[in-house]
Formats: sequence, C-alpha cells, structure tokens
Amino acid sequence: MEPLKTFASRTVILPIDNIDTDQIIPARFLKGTTKSGLGEKLFSDWRYDAQGGRKADFVLNRPEAEGARVLVAGDNFGCGSSREHAPWALFDYGFRAVVSTSIADIFRNNALKNGLLPIVVEPALHQRLLDEPGVEVTISLEDQTLRLADGTTAEFTVEPFARYCLLNGVDELAFLQSADGDIAKFESRPAY
Amino acid sequence: MADSKPRTLFEKIWDAHIVRPATAATPAILYVDLQLIHEVTSPQAFSILRERGLRVRRPERTVATMDHSTPTTPRGADGKIKVLDSAAAAQISQLETNCRDFGIELHALGTEGQGIVHVIGPELGVTQPGMTIVCGDSHTSTHGAFGALAFGIGTSEVSHVLATQCLLQQKPKTLAITVDGTLKPGVTAKDLILAVIARLGIGGGTGHVIEYRGSAIRALSMEERMTVCNMSIEAGARAGMIAPDETTFEYLKGRPRAPQGADWDRAVAYWRTLPSDAGAVYDREERFEGSALEPMITYGTNPGMGIPIRGAVPTPDGATMEKALKYMGLTPAQPLLGHPIDVVFIGSCTNSRISDLRQAASVFKGRKVASNVRAMIVPGSQRVKKQAEAEGLDKIFRDAGADWREAGCSMCIAMNGDQLKPGQYAVSTSNRNFEGRQGSGGRTFLASPLTAAAAAVTGKITDARELV
Repeated sequence: MEPLKTFASRTVILPIDNIDTDQIIPARFLKGTTKSGLGEKLFSDWRYDAQGGRKADFVLNRPEAEGARVLVAGDNFGCGSSREHAPWALFDYGFRAVVSTSIADIFRNNALKNGLLPIVVEPALHQRLLDEPGVEVTISLEDQTLRLADGTTAEFTVEPFARYCLLNGVDELAFLQSADGDIAKFESRPAY
Repeated sequence: MADSKPRTLFEKIWDAHIVRPATAATPAILYVDLQLIHEVTSPQAFSILRERGLRVRRPERTVATMDHSTPTTPRGADGKIKVLDSAAAAQISQLETNCRDFGIELHALGTEGQGIVHVIGPELGVTQPGMTIVCGDSHTSTHGAFGALAFGIGTSEVSHVLATQCLLQQKPKTLAITVDGTLKPGVTAKDLILAVIARLGIGGGTGHVIEYRGSAIRALSMEERMTVCNMSIEAGARAGMIAPDETTFEYLKGRPRAPQGADWDRAVAYWRTLPSDAGAVYDREERFEGSALEPMITYGTNPGMGIPIRGAVPTPDGATMEKALKYMGLTPAQPLLGHPIDVVFIGSCTNSRISDLRQAASVFKGRKVASNVRAMIVPGSQRVKKQAEAEGLDKIFRDAGADWREAGCSMCIAMNGDQLKPGQYAVSTSNRNFEGRQGSGGRTFLASPLTAAAAAVTGKITDARELV
C-alpha cells in the first residue's frame, strides 16, 4: 500500500444522510474473488440507468467531479453491511477521503485498512463544505487537518496505529504476527 | 476479585479475551474464539495468506459455509443444487479450494449442515456463551443472543483472524436497552427490534455494543433472541448481546458441538458468571415498555424508518427522508394498511428459523396466496428445511401457493438470482430495506413473519391480528 500523507483535491458532494454500503456497491457486484475493477461499479444504481447509460444528473457523471479525491457525504456514511468492497470501490474510483459528520463503525475500520481516510468534522464546517461543492481542500494526515483555501482549518482524529500504518504504507497484519508469543501464551489458558 | 468493580456482560468477555492491552500507540489485541466464513467476503482474505505464505492459525476455530451467492432453486434429478451463474460458481468453488487447502470445516452447498452462516453456528452448537465470534458479515451480531461478543468484520480483518486468531480492536461503549413488561399477542421479537431501531435511528448505536435486558427479553426463546440481536447493526451497533440463562443452556445442551459430560458442567458454571453484575454501569441506557409495543413495519429506505402497522407515513424532516418516500412511492400521512404488494419474502438470518416458519404457517394454513402476490419461503438452513418438512410446514406453504425453496440468503441480498423487479413492492422478514437491496428498483417493507404471511394471503399490508 502506498503511504498517504498530504494531498489537495476538489470535493464532490453527496448531501444524503445514511448512505449505506448497498448504495456504495450493490451486492450483485460482490461475486468476484479479487478487489479489482470495483470503481466502475461505485454508486452503480445512482450512477447508471437500467440500460447502463450514465445518469446526467448524478454528481459523479458531471465534468467537475473528474479527478476529485474527496467525497463529502451526509451523516452516518457507510452504514449497513461489512463488505470491504465499499472502500475498495471508493479507492479504486480515486477517492482518498470521505468527509461526514459521522461514519459507521465497520466501514470506518475497513476504510482505514485501504488507504481511504474517514474524516469526521463538526456540523458547521460540514455544512459549509456541502454549500460550496467543488471547493479545494488540503488534507494532511501528518497534521490530522483539513484546510480550505481561505485558511479555515479543521482538525480530525485518526486512531494512532491506523495513522501510523497509513503514513508508512504498512498494514496491521505484520504487527499482529509479531505478537505470536503473547497469542500462544493466551491460547494455553484453560477453556473455562 | 470479590471487591472488583461491577462489570457488564460485555466487559467480562472483553477482559477475558485481551491478549495484549491497548497502549497509547496501539489498540488492544483481542483473541477470537470462533470465525465463521462464507464465500463472498473470504476469497481476498485467503489470497492475502497465499501472497504471504501464511497458514490458518486455528483451523479448528473456523467454520465455513455457503449462503450469499448460492441459488435457492430446486435440486436437480441428481439431488444437487445447480449454480448457473458463473461468477457465483467460481466464488463457491474458490471457497471449496480454500477450505481444502487450509484444512477448514466446510458445510458445502446442499449438504446437511449448509445454510445461512448465522443460522448454522447456533444450530451446530459452535456458538456459545462467553465467546468472541467474528465473521465477514455485519449480521454476526446474531450470535450475541447466546451471551457472546459477536460482530461483523471486513475482509482484511478476516485475513488477520485466519493468520493470527486475533484482531486489533478499539474498545466500544456500552448501551443497555431494557425492555420490561409482556409483549401483547401478535407482537413478536421482530416488532420489538424494529421499534428499538425506530427510536434509536439507523446510526443511534454507532460506537456501542448493545446489551438487551429486562423481563420482555428474558421471556424470549433463543430463536427470538437471535432475531433481536441480529438487527443490532441496523441501529449502527456492531454487536448486541443477551446474558445467558436457562433458556440458553437448554437450547445448547446436546447440540453436536456443545460441550459434553464434565465439560458441559464446567462450561455452564462459567457461563453463569457472565451476566452483568448488579451495579454495573453502561455508557448509555434506553428503556422500553414491552406491553406498549405494536406490530411494526418500515415505510422508508433504512430500517430506522419504522412505524406501528396501524400508523401513518410521517412527514419528511429533510432531503434524506423526502428521497426515501419518493423511492418508496409513498406520501406523508398515508396509512400503510391496505397498501398493495407484489412479493412476500420469508427468510434471511433474521427470520428463517423453525419458529419463524411455524408462525408463518399458522397464517398460511387453510388460506391461499393472493393472486397478485408471489410468496417465497426460504428456510435458513438445510436442517431447518428438513425439520419444517418433518412437521408438514412445506405442505402448508405449497398448498397455499407459496414457493418452498432451498436454504440460503436468497432475496435478502439479491445476489443469487432471487430478486425483485424494478418498482415491485415486497413485505420481507429480512433486515434491510435499503434502495435496491432486494433488487434494483425494488421497494421493501420490513416486518415480522406473521405480518409477511398476512400480506401474502391478502395481497396487501395487513394487521395479522385481524386474521386470527
């Protein structure tokens, strides 16, 4: 995984609350055995009509969405299923951060393992981001800040170990493996 | 430990599974007693093991089955269930290969032990009190009904557990939901949990583990408790738990993988220490009066959008709800009773167990499915199917004109051939009414098996109590 440090991008906004993982990636696209190609299917039922044509009014189909790496969405983003295909699809499409007022637990955990930053901001800043679609933001994981062009800066929190892994492009599995001695000791305890 | 601080059920299980406590820099390492595996969220996890040359640390703590992408269509002349979808077939075959290569117990498609992963765990007796249980599926919360800490994880975490039997975890907060009183006749566990989610909202439990308590919860059977815990995630809580008691022990005793003999006695003695101590403190509490609950139904596009069945569609409080009502083709203040429907789906990890099928059959018996309705009854497992057939329930369903199918997730997830057509309305006993969840453009009303069966025979949303 590539390290994720500081990046700047325009935003794309989806001002809907409770966007669930079935909207992010419908279940019919979960039949693969690899992670590849899911970006094309991202928000499939909102993005394409029944014949597969692009719906002109959906934000990801508009020219201003091209190249955007930051998605600003309504409250409780990523609720629903545990499918890691949701952050895989967002990442594959090109997003590197999702900004909301709250983010569902399992989605948040999955996103952090896949180079996609789940960023929770205060309602006032969230509203401003929704009111100014396409605004340029700079996100620094090192400083844990989201900055607007006028200097407005919001701090956000990422769990220290997840942040360490993202900044260094490493994953959690090696760390768990390094605990082998403690795990073996734990396993030798009586069952009841 | 007599003078130690009173602890909740959750805290006792959490504390008992800490391999390494959290530090300022790292989360706690939590041991996992049981991992359940299915075909959809595991292939990429096994790929990670192969890429790094790793083995499964504890194959005996891992149980696999096939449920999500499997068809529920009738068996062929050879007695086998044929998978026509090539992508699904490849996924199923990949799970077979992975289980063979890594030495994992697999309940393969059509075999005696196959079924929805959250139905077969309890059925086999591998789900036990005091355990930590994970699966790459958010409805793993179901197993909390036994007083286990059970939650859904992503595929990366599936690989972590396969390789190390451990997870890195932030400690969640606790939420006590107390339901006292007695449920009225015709009010089921499904109605209870839909009422809880309607109050909490779909994100109301985020960051929390729920413990359900109170006399109305104690009075529930194990299958009813599973229905309640199953939908904890629909309020955003990763796990829901109910303290083990005599009901739990009675359900487990004699199951193929439950402890036997002296082990059983030792296990029960330990399980009796698990319920929350008097004076244990929760981060948050909510109370419900069981006797005030009504049969519930959802009107919108998330499980928190629920109302009593005799109620009316609420007025939207913003763009999200306006979008939901538009999708559902409903208007504010409209009653749902009498709303015509096209499909009834009885099944899913929420409501596909034998008691659910018995309830549905009590409505279907001597009645016919309405001419405008397609009714599908999908047992949660092969064992449930066999039991239902032994009781003649399949005959009741078939005589009524309903479709009696093979075990699986079926139309709950609509990735296996069972799905709604665009615009169709369904009353479903499953757990999610998200846009397109049961098929692109399909519109779902979530309800109990009684309500679903009543809708099937009347062709419209009906209060099942009127049919008794």
